[in-house]
Amino acid sequence: MTTDQFRVLEVDLTTGRGNVEVLEGRDLVCGGSGLAAQLFARHGHPDRPWNDPDQPLIFAIGPLTGYFPLMSKTVCAFKSPYHDQYAESHGGGRSAFALRFADLDALVVTGRAAKPSLITVGSRHLEIKDVSYLWGKDIFETGKMLRGISKGPGHRSTLRIGPAGEVGSAMAEINVDTYRHFGRLGGGTVMGSKNLKAIVITGDAVFPLPDSKDYPKIFQEVYTKLTDTDMMSKYHDIGTPINMAALNDLKMLPIRNLQRTTDPDIAAISGERFADDTLLRNAACAGCPVGCIHIGFVRERFQEQHRFLYRQVSYDHEPIFAAGAMLSVTDPFKVLALLDVTEKVGLDVMSAGVALAWATEATERGVISERETIVPLSFGDSEGYKQAMENLGRGSNEFYRILAQGALKAARHYGGEDYACVLGQEMAGYATGEVYFASQALGLRHSHLDSAGYSYDQKETGNDVSKAVAFLVKDEQGRALLTSMVACLFARAVYTDELLARCLKAIGYDFLAENLGPISRNIQQLRWKMRLGTGFVPEDVTIPKRFYEVTTAKGAVNADFLGGVMRDYSKAIRELSARQDDHSRPDT
Amino acid sequence: MKILTTPRMERCIGCHSCSLACARLVHKNLSWDTAGIRIASSGGLSTGFEARTCLACDPAPCVRACPTGAYSQRKGGGVIVRKNLCIRCGKCAAACPVDAIYLDAATEPFVCIHCGRCVPFCPHDCLEMADIAGVESARQGGAS
Repeated sequence: MTTDQFRVLEVDLTTGRGNVEVLEGRDLVCGGSGLAAQLFARHGHPDRPWNDPDQPLIFAIGPLTGYFPLMSKTVCAFKSPYHDQYAESHGGGRSAFALRFADLDALVVTGRAAKPSLITVGSRHLEIKDVSYLWGKDIFETGKMLRGISKGPGHRSTLRIGPAGEVGSAMAEINVDTYRHFGRLGGGTVMGSKNLKAIVITGDAVFPLPDSKDYPKIFQEVYTKLTDTDMMSKYHDIGTPINMAALNDLKMLPIRNLQRTTDPDIAAISGERFADDTLLRNAACAGCPVGCIHIGFVRERFQEQHRFLYRQVSYDHEPIFAAGAMLSVTDPFKVLALLDVTEKVGLDVMSAGVALAWATEATERGVISERETIVPLSFGDSEGYKQAMENLGRGSNEFYRILAQGALKAARHYGGEDYACVLGQEMAGYATGEVYFASQALGLRHSHLDSAGYSYDQKETGNDVSKAVAFLVKDEQGRALLTSMVACLFARAVYTDELLARCLKAIGYDFLAENLGPISRNIQQLRWKMRLGTGFVPEDVTIPKRFYEVTTAKGAVNADFLGGVMRDYSKAIRELSARQDDHSRPDT
Repeated sequence: MKILTTPRMERCIGCHSCSLACARLVHKNLSWDTAGIRIASSGGLSTGFEARTCLACDPAPCVRACPTGAYSQRKGGGVIVRKNLCIRCGKCAAACPVDAIYLDAATEPFVCIHCGRCVPFCPHDCLEMADIAGVESARQGGAS
């Protein structure tokens, strides 16, 4: 419900008790990303390691969640096992609506349970159950069993981890409602370290509508824009994999561990091929009529006689890049089969695919061998990769346990740092050039979604460092505002600042509506303060040699330009962090 | 009079826009549940979705179960609920064979009034307002 305070439930797994807190701060941090940072300032321990039981695992929504279409994402924040610093990872599914209708602006999990546990929470209940029997179960089995455990009326969202989250992988995801994820930076292992196998959130509260004539009108206006114009057609039609062919044509797609940026074979795994040959159906996050979730199928023969099994597998540009292009697996069904295994063990596919791409090149160069990888790895061999993915997810030997901490960490151990495709974390599916590389390497989430560096590279031709850095800082500010509402970033063209202000005003957030500029700047600064306060040193981030060897349609990467953007963006980040006023411990 | 039908639920993507529209426009709530149509996965998200909504039975079991006369048969199919006569006993929901009546925490019933305001919010055209005669004919296997 719309209030100026945040309603936050802290669940302490050590004591098995919950605590509802009502916190000030709406006018300073809005919600979502801003609220997560505020809560980390309140509950986090910057000086202790990520797996200290007292560290919080935070899930936060925003003021517009549930009130307007595509306000359907949840921000998950934690101290990351990947770099032991503050991290955010975003997910959708039904998680945001479930929190809204559980009457919570945020859920904060602290402590460590004595036994593997399940938290079930709703607007009128909280329970912590011993689910020791689920430990070791994969994502699919866990999902089926949780459906049986949490029967009953009402809509719910299920957050769960697989084996990767139990064995300390820094690439373990939190699966959300089967087809969505808090994928990046190891949130799954934070759950695992707390002995928390799953969270089931039931959204069973009912709120009166805001007393405003404008609300239904603006809702209709937004809904019409999203459904009756072509603004969302990219996501509604082919989906994000439309990027595969486009980037390949521009020589901007990372292929074969970024040994190349274009390849005729990519035509076989274009978004169009996936849609025409493998797409079964679409699905949506709750409250989103766009339905961008594309679900393909895997059909496998398991007996000589005609006996098959099939599974439904969601796909997007990033998974196809990571499990397809980076590994030179160019059969859509083989890519889906690999995604299926990744999903099963609960790994972030982007990190896992890129890590296996490094391992393959390291194998080719004789740096590692089958003694480490257990199965032979070679580009294009999807059967080998399926087994390797299972080994990576389960931490089958020392090599896979090291690789699961990150490709660069494995490279430091075994050799081969030059070709570890890591920009803060394993790269996303854009080899667009200098500005993108700097953007992911230094971005708060090390995500392609931190700011649109990939777009800047494609649109701008000059090498103006100041212009590029100014763009990154400003674009990040706008995105931080959207992820504090919490909007799906696919709707960023629809939700302009002007429309956001009207939406906020229509449901009674007049102050937010009138102060979007200073509030978004405050959120941006607070997030950076958390990041630097937990040990991030932007000047220490290096770009592996492989990125300097990239050639795109624009030509070879300009090392001076990349170095300049890295230097000045680092400086800008320091300034953002230093300028933040101390809003970290607002009064309760 | 027309009734709400759900002839193309196999197209449903689970966005809940219909339920949210009903709650927002008919019942003036922000809610996933207090709506005349609710969407549920039919045994996990991999098995698709089903709509929980009034089938416009005649005679309606919920009308028969209501002890106070709050429920009455709607001409053309469905029911009319007069909330001022309702004692929140929940018998209507128990009598409904398809779980189309939602009871909130105070046992207030919410059921489809066949107004059709949810229909334009479905992005995949799953829902349709149809004449009861046509629906009956289709149910019996005839042309509609």
